[in-house]
Amino acid sequence: MEDLKLPGIDYGALLPMLILFGAACVGILIEVFTPRRTRHPIQLGLGLVAIVAAFVAVVVQHSTRKITIGGAVAIDGPTVFLQGAILVLGLVSLMLIGERSVERGGPFVSQAAITVGSQKDLKQAGDQPGMTEVYPLTLFALGGMMLFVAANDLLTMFIALEVFSLPLYLLCALARRRRLLSQEAALKYFLLGSYASAFFLFGVALVYGFAGGISLGQVHDAVVNPQRSQILLYAGLAMIAIGLLFKAALAPFHVWTPDVYQGAPTPVTALMAAVTKVAAFGALLRILYVAFDGVRWDFQPVLGAIAVLTMLVGAVLAVTQTDMKRLLAYSSVANAGYLLVGVLALNEEGLSGTMFYLVAYGFSVLAAFGMVTLVRDADGEATHLARWAGLGRKSPLFAATFTFILLAFAGIPLTSGFTSKFAVFGAAVEGGQTWLVIFGVVTSMLLAFPYLRVVVMLWLSEPGESTPTVSIPGFLTSAALVIGVAATFALGVVPAPLIDLTRDAAQFVR
Amino acid sequence: MNDFPFLSILTLLPLVGAIAVAFIPRAKAELAKTVAFVWSLVVLVLSVFMWIAFQVDGDRFQFRESYAWIPSWDARFTFAADGIALVMLMLIAILFPVVILASWNDVEKTNRSAPVYFSLLLAFEFTMIGVFAAADVFLFYVFFEVMLIPMYFIIGSFGGPRRQYAAVKFFLYSLVGGLFMLAAVIGLWVVGGNTFDWAKLAEAAGSIDQNTARWLFLGFFVAFAIKAPFFPFHTWLPDAGGAAPAGAAALLVGVMDKVGTFGILRYCLSLFPEASRWFAPAALVLGVIGIIYAALLAVGQNDLKRLVSYTSIAHFGFIGIGIFAFTSQAGTGSVLYMVNHGLATGLLFIVVGMFVARRGSNLISDFGGAGKLVPVLAGVFFFAGLASLALPGTAPFISEFLVLIGTFTVHPAYAVVATAGIILAAAYVLWMVQRTTQGTLNPALAEVPEMKKDITLREKVVVAPLILLIILLGFYPKPVTDVINPAVQATMQDVNVEDPGPTAVVANERVAR
Repeated sequence: MEDLKLPGIDYGALLPMLILFGAACVGILIEVFTPRRTRHPIQLGLGLVAIVAAFVAVVVQHSTRKITIGGAVAIDGPTVFLQGAILVLGLVSLMLIGERSVERGGPFVSQAAITVGSQKDLKQAGDQPGMTEVYPLTLFALGGMMLFVAANDLLTMFIALEVFSLPLYLLCALARRRRLLSQEAALKYFLLGSYASAFFLFGVALVYGFAGGISLGQVHDAVVNPQRSQILLYAGLAMIAIGLLFKAALAPFHVWTPDVYQGAPTPVTALMAAVTKVAAFGALLRILYVAFDGVRWDFQPVLGAIAVLTMLVGAVLAVTQTDMKRLLAYSSVANAGYLLVGVLALNEEGLSGTMFYLVAYGFSVLAAFGMVTLVRDADGEATHLARWAGLGRKSPLFAATFTFILLAFAGIPLTSGFTSKFAVFGAAVEGGQTWLVIFGVVTSMLLAFPYLRVVVMLWLSEPGESTPTVSIPGFLTSAALVIGVAATFALGVVPAPLIDLTRDAAQFVR
Repeated sequence: MNDFPFLSILTLLPLVGAIAVAFIPRAKAELAKTVAFVWSLVVLVLSVFMWIAFQVDGDRFQFRESYAWIPSWDARFTFAADGIALVMLMLIAILFPVVILASWNDVEKTNRSAPVYFSLLLAFEFTMIGVFAAADVFLFYVFFEVMLIPMYFIIGSFGGPRRQYAAVKFFLYSLVGGLFMLAAVIGLWVVGGNTFDWAKLAEAAGSIDQNTARWLFLGFFVAFAIKAPFFPFHTWLPDAGGAAPAGAAALLVGVMDKVGTFGILRYCLSLFPEASRWFAPAALVLGVIGIIYAALLAVGQNDLKRLVSYTSIAHFGFIGIGIFAFTSQAGTGSVLYMVNHGLATGLLFIVVGMFVARRGSNLISDFGGAGKLVPVLAGVFFFAGLASLALPGTAPFISEFLVLIGTFTVHPAYAVVATAGIILAAAYVLWMVQRTTQGTLNPALAEVPEMKKDITLREKVVVAPLILLIILLGFYPKPVTDVINPAVQATMQDVNVEDPGPTAVVANERVAR
């Protein structure tokens, strides 16, 4: 029998992920060994420290360009950049998740297993401290996302997909209020997500049959110099794409988005909208640019059609929404379409533009959902749009900040929304995809309307009897909001440093 | 003297003022007004110095400044002013203090915060100066879009009864135009050699594939035509002008709409000369339709502010045909018209605002014989109307005359039809003045106590400089035309860059600048 030999492992390059997974495991032990009262500060502190430490490790590794553990993980420019983005955005999400002062006990349920509507449930909705398992779950999710964008073979990518998806399914179900909605959202997300994973895995099998290997480099070689039936290639690529398009919330695989975004606890929604997008698009970029670059002429029109469909669906349906979280969900669908336009440029500008967009959009959307958590009445968050009427009169600072974020979503200059749109559209025109840009511009016009409607609602409508109050954010939420808004402004006014960073990072290793 | 960074300081000054005024507490309304007014006077003083420093026979673009911004896209903070931009900047600097003074008491009636209103006005001045001072396509686009925001809130928060509808319509129309322009800007960046520098793009203008250039031209043109507004993109203006507070409406048509025609001159003509010539016949037709159509609609209006908005659409038809006639005479006329229209229609809006503030209604039928109650104000109103219809001796006459005569030499048919617009102008202005201030006194009007107060000292200070300028430029426009002429000639040479002979030499000089 042949001796099993461990491949060479560059622990330094893997350190950021190891830190997160390690901290997540420690978090589980904390759940077991520490008394309930003290868990929240310990877990939160551990999570924040772990993310900061992982970020430091990423920064230290910033010039590493190598493939390690037997070809399973590639550390290159996009990996380092996207991992950094995941960590920074994840840190801000964790601040929102850790907020306990806006709502007594925090946004999470204390015991998820209690029957909804029972006496016990009413009691726990009142003041019992929320679950602290959310912190290890979040860390696992973030670690999985970091592996996802670094995966250099299809199986590693699949494992990473599951590692970050499963915690997200759970997190969706843990809302303290509106628990049925939350559980339904989690179930929906789980079922559809499982299908998507299954498609992905089947696609991997077909591509393995085609290429005789699962590493992206082998697939690339096989695509350039095909030995077997190309049907395997196309069917496999299509199925892998379905799995990724689902995670990225691209039409027609977006149907889960509004329900899940609405049902999940709002800080988790923020995490999904900002960080999961980075992970999903990071993997999509790697798959398309590294493995399937050779058949770009075949998938470009198909994915182009999907981008157009996504932008149209997101923009048109956003117009009709009456719930703030659903509106933001459809707007994030439309934004996924713009991101795909950047991906389809299939040049270095497209890569850097997409990465810029992911970071810029992540900060804005975190701020947006962070602010949604603040508008509340006795029953928790008041997300119905009609309820927001006249908030500008009652809370001018809040309304002004939210207006600024909406202007960023609408792509008005001096916000990051404008620069990022400019970056991806410019790259797409350069890459010969002018038709996508035209659709992008047309849908931007449509999409401006719902944002404007909210602005009108905030400022120009008279406040009603039922206008909810804006809670005073605690330290963590305030910090998250300041970071999100400041980044949205800074990336609109002085985007040059981040653009340069993405340009330096825009080179995959194969 | 020209090393002094006039343009960047001029741009930033109002922004600083806007921020300062925004932080004044709501209760101290008087302080906010005073600060805003003084601040706008400082801007005026600085721009007078700039006017003096401008060398009429100097380079086409003066006061050029350039600072790094986004190096990887070659987008820079580049400011520079040619004669056209200079007169527009001067117009802005003059109109803002006047409007701030004219809006002194407008906010009190609305139960809204005065510091916010005056802060928005200064913020609007910042975006206006920026858009005319920019010499970088990206920077221009940024200001072009950002200027919507203060005006949106001015109309939406401080306007009349239909303010929400008008504000949203205004914003959406402008945003749609802006997004067309965004597509064109991106396209221009790609085909023009990955730069936003106006000078480099103008040099590369000839080498762009003509088919592409036409599409890009259309992207820019649609944005500017909506902003100007040209027929058939004009429908937002009567709503916005009718709903906005009178002072803001004066700025809307007096200053902001000029961005459209200015953009056509600076960006459409110079960056896409061939496409401009290709499109000129259509633009001329649109201009003539606009003149006649808007004038006819103006005659039928029963709302003073909407009426003035329609007159201004008709005037923009004149400016449009003057630009697309492609003669130096008509071009100079157009630019001069942009200045004079700002003064005359601005004055008309301000005076209408004084009437409306007294009567509490925009409807002409609520007036009637007002001249018996407020004779001096009615006289000013009459003067503003005459200036608006371009009576000889007032400034607009000269510009209208130049436009028509310059157009006549190349397109006599259009000039003849456009002349009919002058007759209609007389009809709508005189009928408006007659129905409002002449004839028997409306008994309901006589019972409004406010209507017994004739023009106040503050209002005299508001209208006096505008009246003076209109008369002065009506008899002696040379100081302005001297500044405009070289810039217009350079623009016209841009359009004819492919002509052989002497123009080619001049074009080389321009490149050498």
